[in-house]
Amino acid sequence: MTQPASYYYVPSPSYWPLVGALALLLLAAGAVLWVNGYSSGPLTVSAGFAVLIFMMAGWFRTVIRESEGGLYNKRVDTSFRWAMSWFIFSEVMFFAAFFGALFYARVLSIPDLASVDSQLLWPNFSAVWPNAGPGYKGTFSVMEAMGIPAINTLLLLSSGATLTWAHWGLMKGNRTHLALGLVLTIALGVIFISLQASEYSHAYSEMNLKLTTGIYGTTFFMLTGFHGLHVTIGVTMLTVMLFRVLAGHFKPDHHFAFEAVAWYWHFVDVVWLMLYVVVYWL
Amino acid sequence: METTAMGHAEVHDHGHGPTGLKRWLTTTNHKDIGSMYLWFSFAMFIVGGIMALLIRAELFEPGLQFLDPERYNQIVTLHGLIMVFGAIMPAFVGFANWMIPMQIGASDMAFGRLNNWSFWLLIPASLLLVTSLFVPGGAAGVGWTLYPPLSIQMGMGMDLAIFSVHILGISSILGSINIITTILNLRAPGMTMMKMPMFAWTWLITAFLIIAVMPVFAGAVTMLLTDRHFGTSFFSAAGGGDPVLFQHVFWFFGHPEVYIVILPGFGIISQVISAFSRKPLFGYASMVYATASIAVLSFFVWGHHMFTSGMPVTGQLFYMYATMLIAIPTGVKVFNWIATMWRGTLTFETPMLFALGFIFLFTMGGFSGLVLAMTAVDVQMHNTYYVVAHFHYTMVAGALFSAFAAVYYWLPKWTGHMYNEKLGKVHFWLTMAFFNMTFFVQHFLGLAGMPRRIPDYALQFADFNRISSIGAFGLGISQLLFLYIVVSCIKGGPKAAAKPWDGAEGLEWDVPSPAPYHTWEIQPQVK
Amino acid sequence: MTKQARWAGMPRLAVAGLLALLSGATQAAYKLNFQQPATELAQEVYDLHVWMMWVCVSIFVVVFGVMFYSVIKHRKSLGGAPATFHENTRVEILWTAIPFVILMVLAWPVTKTLLSMRDSSNADITIKVTGYQWKWGYDYLKGEGAGIKFMSVLSTPQDQLDNKAPKNDNYLLEVDNHLIVPVGKKVRILTTSNDVIHGWYVPSLAVQQDAIPGFIRDTWFRADREGSFTGQCAQLCGKGHGYMPIVVDVVSAEKYAAWVAGQKQQMAAGAEDPNKVWPLADLMKHGEAVYAKNCVACHQASGKGIPSVFPALDGSKIATGAKLEHIKTVLNGRPGTAMAAFGQQLSDTDIAAVITFERNSWSNKTGDAIQPSEIKTERH
Ligand code: HEA
Ligand code: HEA
Ligand code: HEC
Ligand code: CUA
Ligand SMILES: [Cu+2]
Repeated sequence: MTQPASYYYVPSPSYWPLVGALALLLLAAGAVLWVNGYSSGPLTVSAGFAVLIFMMAGWFRTVIRESEGGLYNKRVDTSFRWAMSWFIFSEVMFFAAFFGALFYARVLSIPDLASVDSQLLWPNFSAVWPNAGPGYKGTFSVMEAMGIPAINTLLLLSSGATLTWAHWGLMKGNRTHLALGLVLTIALGVIFISLQASEYSHAYSEMNLKLTTGIYGTTFFMLTGFHGLHVTIGVTMLTVMLFRVLAGHFKPDHHFAFEAVAWYWHFVDVVWLMLYVVVYWL
Repeated sequence: METTAMGHAEVHDHGHGPTGLKRWLTTTNHKDIGSMYLWFSFAMFIVGGIMALLIRAELFEPGLQFLDPERYNQIVTLHGLIMVFGAIMPAFVGFANWMIPMQIGASDMAFGRLNNWSFWLLIPASLLLVTSLFVPGGAAGVGWTLYPPLSIQMGMGMDLAIFSVHILGISSILGSINIITTILNLRAPGMTMMKMPMFAWTWLITAFLIIAVMPVFAGAVTMLLTDRHFGTSFFSAAGGGDPVLFQHVFWFFGHPEVYIVILPGFGIISQVISAFSRKPLFGYASMVYATASIAVLSFFVWGHHMFTSGMPVTGQLFYMYATMLIAIPTGVKVFNWIATMWRGTLTFETPMLFALGFIFLFTMGGFSGLVLAMTAVDVQMHNTYYVVAHFHYTMVAGALFSAFAAVYYWLPKWTGHMYNEKLGKVHFWLTMAFFNMTFFVQHFLGLAGMPRRIPDYALQFADFNRISSIGAFGLGISQLLFLYIVVSCIKGGPKAAAKPWDGAEGLEWDVPSPAPYHTWEIQPQVK
Repeated sequence: MTKQARWAGMPRLAVAGLLALLSGATQAAYKLNFQQPATELAQEVYDLHVWMMWVCVSIFVVVFGVMFYSVIKHRKSLGGAPATFHENTRVEILWTAIPFVILMVLAWPVTKTLLSMRDSSNADITIKVTGYQWKWGYDYLKGEGAGIKFMSVLSTPQDQLDNKAPKNDNYLLEVDNHLIVPVGKKVRILTTSNDVIHGWYVPSLAVQQDAIPGFIRDTWFRADREGSFTGQCAQLCGKGHGYMPIVVDVVSAEKYAAWVAGQKQQMAAGAEDPNKVWPLADLMKHGEAVYAKNCVACHQASGKGIPSVFPALDGSKIATGAKLEHIKTVLNGRPGTAMAAFGQQLSDTDIAAVITFERNSWSNKTGDAIQPSEIKTERH
């Protein structure tokens, strides 16, 4: 049977969207139950994750099959490019909200809490950064820019390079070169995540720096945490790409999935650079 | 599960695609998905509307009658959230799904499956919101603006709202990516950007706004969530945060959001006015630029919702001037519409009536917005019924009226039948009269100082409230007529021609009525 | 007349009808505008609004005059072919430029008023206003009367809210303790809050300022006539949001001085002896009053609270268990919940009394008589 429109591929009916909606329902309802202390919460969340993974596996399998089956022409490819760009733009805006919160705390709320009038409420509070707020009683140490964060910066920068190198391999048709580049990138990503994990545990166990350490702890962990989450997602996607490469997918002139992941990875990279400057450095 | 592909043109005789329930559950067809969006939107409009009637019933006279104060707050919150995210936005996405591919000569949306997912995500999101009424502690009683620290105090209804917003965000971001991509990449040859119908243009810009601000809203509610449960201090002064930070993040989203709910309406009105004036849209290019300017300006005015939060006077001045500037591009639109009518040959079928009602009443809402933008005056009006009146003039007489205009305008194309014109006109006049009865008097309540979001009020506010409540019930019941008109038009009625409106222009009128299941399988050539 | 022509007139008919309805309303002393201003600034705001209204109405009349002209004269039923023009650079520039000029003209006076509105320097009297769920606390910080401090709570009886008694004229706009200020003096108001955001809003003084927990915001007014002015909390602050009105009495300098003297005297006389030992019956009696004023809103007169929102005290572990936990709960509140730290609002005696009341009411029968001294030792 022929496709309805020859110039553009329209997928056939599919249950995956419905499954995906169910997954999010379970995840959301489960999370609500969980944070409110119901014992059914974790279970529901796990079920949600299971359904989500099932959905993603199935949906992506379909997409990959369609792609390898040659159903996607140049125009479909262009659609993917637009879509991925706008998706990354939406991610940029998500991070912008948290960067905005950090900016606001440093430039507006902390100085305001130390203003003349505020002495009525918070006597002796002075505006310095890092700061955990006038109500914070303990002491904590500050995350330094040198050490692990600096190493992590190097790691991510080099991973960007190795990924580009892999892309060259793909375009030249050199599959080993491609696979090796991917492996290196994934390895750098994994090291990054483990270093960040050890940085977190150090913060908690020795520096008394926690998510609950006032606005400094809040912005530090939320910004680096969401970034870490994105690195993890990136590594997962890179791994999928690696398997696809090993399965012989992608052609020098037709490999948008790979490029999309690369775009995503570079985006995560850029976010880190900004984090490094405003969270660790300044 | 995805082995069949659809090959035939007519929905009635294509025996290959799934039928019955399965068709709707699994569809990737933009028309099916558009219909589902529209029905969902109408269902939510009734749910949100019944909540509005509960509000108005409680406010019919002083004293507590039906709702205790907590329930009242919950109902107000859900009314706002459901109307904006459940009724208006999905209605416009429904129109976009149905019409944009047809208008630009594309066979379908760019991503059929994703499109279906965007729709189905609305179901869990609305389920979470509505069930929150029934969980221990009830729904979030914090207003649709979700301000902390009140929202920190709430029970699990608040968490349901938070996750509902996350899912709504995913849905509308994916939907918008789909729309943008479709418009940018699937236009027929010759359909240059500056030849696109206004509806497609306004949606392009709206989709951009959605992608830019929905993630910020998601960020804001995520901060609420971690402040509530994980001990972060975004919004707590003791930890160095600030409750007002939430207001900034929220309104950075919230103000563009109000243009998200009006810009597609502007597009619809532009097309309807031009069709029933039998004259090309006046100032097409300036319409495009005006829409874009509104979108750009909308990112710099959010502070006008926070004039009383104690920002520095320089901030107040900045936001005031920036807000006032929006009157200019919006004025350009109003003037262009009137110039389109000028020396046309006008007829007044129902879509045109709603379009005229739109221009008339939306402008009133715009003017009250301008009054609110004057910081010194807003200090007296903020959080009063004047604001409630303002935004119902823009969102009901604006967004909702434009949706009604769109339904009447395109119903013949969707169903192949003409709707009952007489009843349509009755629907318009009833809606028009009761709308004004409901909301015009609220200006006076606000001027006299009646705060919003209160379940009970002082005696001097009693009479206007009574008028408003009677109007609201009339307005609600009038919508039953709308439902009747639409259903009977689907069921039958005089056959509609491919182009039932002689003045209408655009590719959608080149396909038969009802539009076949697949349109533009061969792209048209636009000259 | 053709059908269309009749319809074309309908919107105006509707508006006319509405206006008729409203003019009927005016006779019954309805307000169609702001409340009567009581300060110079409020008068400016009033005039600004009236002026804005007329500017808008004029634009409206012109714009819709043109539209309705077109609706009536360019109907299809009158025959004639449609024109085809769709552009005219000159008018487009005009209708971009003219609104811009109008806006500048509008913005100018507003800017001036706003600047004076925000200039709170050189105040004669400074008062700190604290929002609580759901009452106001007033604290005279500087100027004549400094040191005076009191709470201001809605005084409309519950029966009227429940429609069990006829509503009096000041329904929902009356409080036990009015804020008293002298006429003609610049009063600076500092707002803050103890729990969630409230809004201190008195329309006839043209004052609305959010009260934000942990932050101080300010505003000011100088009343130019005596009188009693009412307002309400303007920011949604939970279930009692509709029930925290504000009453400001503007009085002459002499009356103000007399009021201050009276307050000072009361404060001196009322200074409690923290070491006094109270009999149980007295504690219960006083405690009941404190409870009625501060706790019923949430925990209810029945002590049963509201399930899942406000816990019952009747039979609660805290109210029947160890004294210390109970005292701590009331003194320090429960951060992150609606249960406020009452240590800042109530005296030792009040707290001792209300705790005693809670421990011996409903089905609670501990027999404890908590003394003010026990509270004092728990404060830090
Ligand atoms: C569809 C939705 C929509 C639209 C389009 C608008 C449009 C505008 N809004 Fe509105 N607004 C809301 C929805 C909307 N608003 C909502 C929901 C809220 C409350 C949220 C909440 O708190 O819950 C709100 C609140 C709100 C406030 C805050 C009030 C307060 O809380 O104190 C302000 C203040 O500046 C404001 C201003 C404006 C302005 C200046 C416009 C302008 O865009 C209007 C421009 C249009 C015109 C001016 C008319 C046409 C122009 C001409 C004919 C040209 C000639 C005119 C002149 C030269 C004057 N709005
Ligand atoms: C697009 C959005 C939208 C729409 C369409 C509406 C529609 C209506 N709204 Fe609302 N409204 C908001 C958005 C909207 N609103 C928002 C954002 C808020 C702020 C919330 C907040 O403060 O947080 C608000 C707040 C708000 C208030 C203020 C509450 C308060 O501050 O205490 C009031 C009070 O009158 C009100 C009334 C109404 C009425 C009478 C309608 C009517 O137009 C509704 C008419 C429709 C129907 C009634 C449904 C259809 C009816 C039938 C099919 C008939 C069958 C049913 C019966 C007759 C029972 N709305
Ligand atoms: C604004 C609402 C509100 C007001 C007013 C209020 N409370 Fe509470 N109270 C609460 C809430 C909510 C809790 C539950 C806190 C929690 O979840 O830990 C609570 C808990 C308590 C408890 C602990 C009950 C238990 O079994 O855990 C006591 C005792 C108490 N309040 C006493 C008082 C007293 C005494 C007053 C008045 C002086 C008062 N409350 C006023 C909301 C309020
Ligand atoms: Cu306090 Cu509303
Ligand atoms: Cu706005």
